[in-house]
Amino acid sequence: MFTLGVDIGSTTSKCAVLEDGASLTVTSIAVGGMGTRGPQEALDAVLAQAGLTLNDIASVVATGYGRARCPWTELQASELTCHALGAHMVFPGVRTVIDIGGQDAKVIALNGQGRMKSFLMNDKCAAGTGRFLDVMASVLQIPVEELGRRALRSEHPSAVSSTCTVFAESEVISQLANGVDLDDLAAGICASVAARTAALAKRLGVVPPLCMSGGVARNAGVRAALESALGAPVLTSELAQLLGAVGAALYAYRKQH
Amino acid sequence: MAEEIKKHRPPPDPNSAKYKLGQIAAKAYSDAQAAKDRGEPVGWCASNFPVEIPETLGLAVVYPENQAAGIAARGGGARLCEEAEGDGYSNDICAYARISLAYAKLKSAPEQDVPMPDFVLCCNNICNCMIKWYENLARELNIPMIMIDIPFNPDYEVSDEQLAYVRAQFWDAIHQLEKLTGKKWSDEKYKEVMEYSGRTSRAWLAATATARYTPSPFNGFDLLNHMAVMVTARGKKEAAEAMETLLKEYEDNHEKGVSTFRAEEKYRIMFEGIACWPWLRVTSTGLKSRGINMVTTIYADAFGFIYKDFDDMCRAYCKVPNAINLEFSRDKRVKLCKDNHVEGLLVHTNRSCKLWSGFMYEMSRQIGEACDIPVASFDGDQADPRNFSEAQYDTRVQGLMEIMEANKEVG
Repeated sequence: MFTLGVDIGSTTSKCAVLEDGASLTVTSIAVGGMGTRGPQEALDAVLAQAGLTLNDIASVVATGYGRARCPWTELQASELTCHALGAHMVFPGVRTVIDIGGQDAKVIALNGQGRMKSFLMNDKCAAGTGRFLDVMASVLQIPVEELGRRALRSEHPSAVSSTCTVFAESEVISQLANGVDLDDLAAGICASVAARTAALAKRLGVVPPLCMSGGVARNAGVRAALESALGAPVLTSELAQLLGAVGAALYAYRKQH
Repeated sequence: MAEEIKKHRPPPDPNSAKYKLGQIAAKAYSDAQAAKDRGEPVGWCASNFPVEIPETLGLAVVYPENQAAGIAARGGGARLCEEAEGDGYSNDICAYARISLAYAKLKSAPEQDVPMPDFVLCCNNICNCMIKWYENLARELNIPMIMIDIPFNPDYEVSDEQLAYVRAQFWDAIHQLEKLTGKKWSDEKYKEVMEYSGRTSRAWLAATATARYTPSPFNGFDLLNHMAVMVTARGKKEAAEAMETLLKEYEDNHEKGVSTFRAEEKYRIMFEGIACWPWLRVTSTGLKSRGINMVTTIYADAFGFIYKDFDDMCRAYCKVPNAINLEFSRDKRVKLCKDNHVEGLLVHTNRSCKLWSGFMYEMSRQIGEACDIPVASFDGDQADPRNFSEAQYDTRVQGLMEIMEANKEVG
């Protein structure tokens, strides 16, 4: 039996197909989230790869901020539950999931069986989210993917505010004007995101093993800064950005049983 | 072509608590306006100021917090907040204060007008922002301010020293008002007001306590509407009678197995913090659509005052929820959660209220642990609609529901 998870986020759309709730068949990511062609492109891509049509799928569950407007299903689950399920499938035994997406950051505590016990999310500001990194990369005129690589090369990370995206942007612009090294700025930016998320994690209670999901998990600079702030290794995977979709597909399977 | 079918709403039953309470809340404003029209002095009064004082003296007062909530619920919050910000007030200040200060300048708001004040009655047992808010009102309008200072209580009981300090201020406020308005204090009248206030409060607290039944005989959002009477009219005979009607209706609902919660009650939560008035429908629908009933909130119970004499009344005003320490506050909430079989806690991180939101991170953690229930919080504001995101609220509520659902599945 095939089940499909669709994660419609703020900047990207992701799909995952599971067979019998255990075997990950295919995944896809498309640029563009809620209100764009992204969800359709992600769906087309995943079905084409799997050689399936929607009729072959027993159940579809939508997650992410666009979940209520997914045209292919009325079944939905929050991205909290889906990231928890997806993370537990990829990292069995994981107890704390840190998910930093385009517009929010979440820390999810799991019990030993992989069930979500509690969670905390960022407050209203974009600081500490993927959007913050996009804004900062644009100020530095580098691709966002380059931030992590540059951060790891830095020897003297600069100080960047973690309170407010606009404050931080002003700080980065003035430091740039003062000739601060790009690598040091990139490290300061990554540390700023990590500091805010680490505070959230500490409030919830950090229980290892920890893993990171969401698009920002691909940023090695943020990961390293998080490990340093939390004093514990943070697991991640090539599938990090897809864990919400994987969890949604698993949720769809479990609802069938 | 489909014919449009208009929903027929039956006329309100004049014997129902909802009708009676609505009339009393509306009359509080019209009575104050009528007093003003007769040339009598009218006051603006803080919500936890001892209402027994103006009531005994026969003085008409209106409540800026109640007015601001009404303006916000009817869509005027952003307009008045922006007006105040244009005058230099920071948007970090309480939105009730901003709305009230803007109203004091404009003297009109179609959402909820009130007569302009001849004096203001301030009591800081609800927050200290209120002192500066009322000082500014008094200065801008060139009217006297009567202030009662109730210190934050680090203990569980009210000490004799604190009682003496507060009692003296209550009498001083009475004497100031007598001098200012020519009205006279009457012990007989006070006894009558105290009895009505006690009857009203007992019935109100008993009505809210019917949430102990499963399913609850009411939708917790009803309390947010009915509590306007607790704020503005708890010392009146009509309020006592209306609250007793409300209690009877809730008991009857329980007997009949019905509820004003118009959905299957799948989950029961406590709501923490002041209502998000500009987004009341959104916050209510986000819960109801998932079968979540907000069965209890300290916000409603905060306005039930039970005491036996003047000193006891002073003590009661020293123990309102915002004047007591974290541990005592936590214990009260834990009791509400346990008495009402609460399965989850939803916390409104109210950007207007630094006092209430500031200690909530830690308090909600302790409540969650003590009751073994999940906790979720969302950003919002009691009156400024700009501090809320529906999508963010929805995700947090759904996450909370999913944990409660999973908890039920594992028993």
